[in-house]
Amino acid sequence: MRRSMLFIPGNSPAMLLNADIHQADAVILDLEDAVSPSEKDAARILVRNAISALKFKGTEIIVRVNPLDSGYTRADLENMVPLNPSLIMPTKVSGADDIRSIAAMMTQIEGANGQEPGAVGLMPLLETAEGVLNAYAIAKADKRVKALFLGAEDLTSDLQAIRSKSSQEIFYARGQIVMAARAAGVDVYDTPFTDVNDDDGMAEDAQFARALGFTGKSAISPRHVSIINEVFSPSLKDIDYAREVMAVIEEAKRLGKGAISLHGKMVDKPIVDRARRVLEAARALGLGGAKHE
Amino acid sequence: MKILRNAVAGTLESNDVLVAVSPGGGSVQVDVESIVLEQFGPQILKAVTDVAEIMHVTDAAIRLEDRGALDCTIKARVETALRRAMEAQK
Repeated sequence: MRRSMLFIPGNSPAMLLNADIHQADAVILDLEDAVSPSEKDAARILVRNAISALKFKGTEIIVRVNPLDSGYTRADLENMVPLNPSLIMPTKVSGADDIRSIAAMMTQIEGANGQEPGAVGLMPLLETAEGVLNAYAIAKADKRVKALFLGAEDLTSDLQAIRSKSSQEIFYARGQIVMAARAAGVDVYDTPFTDVNDDDGMAEDAQFARALGFTGKSAISPRHVSIINEVFSPSLKDIDYAREVMAVIEEAKRLGKGAISLHGKMVDKPIVDRARRVLEAARALGLGGAKHE
Repeated sequence: MKILRNAVAGTLESNDVLVAVSPGGGSVQVDVESIVLEQFGPQILKAVTDVAEIMHVTDAAIRLEDRGALDCTIKARVETALRRAMEAQK
């Protein structure tokens, strides 16, 4: 289960070495914006060696590669795909054709390396107005697409919007991406909160993203990881309520009813589906132990 | 593979290594300055010569200023410097 994703600059040995100590569910090893053009070659080789040699214990590996128009995408993929990262994050994705081009390159690379075709998934970064508008087509463009990811900094620049801490300017984009991802049946991840010193602001932003339907959220600072993990984990109260829901719905089934009341509120299929998701998440995270069984 | 020009890779930051490559005098010569030379000197040397061998480099002067880099970092920086040194001048 991915709640938090921590960006790690691809050309920083010290940060790569410590990438797995921050308890992020995934780390995004960045070959794109965190690396200057003159160091793209160095970062690619360093990240390749780091993935091969380091353990990255308890965290999934995602690699952010350079956009198609950069001229670096193929070299990035040729070095990263054979290492079987959990996901590749292509950047500045504007439409389904971008995904089809990238997927075709990956299939070629997998074939040349004896890997199962389609083994490595994609999490497109949508950070242009065109990309956000095409979110559903992008999510459905190839079976490799496992999630969508919103990048608000580039997006607001493209929109000529004013970036603010309240993030009102990305409300439409957030809703559009969640809608597209859920309609396509893939996960969806939110842009990082960029004020590394504002923990309360970080928590509020994450809570809002969770309420909108995001699966998780990214971070550019390790200190934000624990906040994101907490916000995107079910609370013990959620878990207890979900268990009550499952108990009363069993009772409803026994009585031959489709819906039943719990604490004065109707429990029906959508409530049961939500309760099931809470319990699945709790199980995956080892939360709500015996005391709450 | 032939070294065509001087090239560098890496940094002097902690856990990194600065590698400088230049055309050699007929063999691979490695010069290492490291804060952990006493403990890891032979291991660092092997990391460098392994990369040179894989890349079929037989004639190069390779100088390292190490700041406690892991093997995988040393190998990455040496490979990058060698690749850059093999590229024709842009």
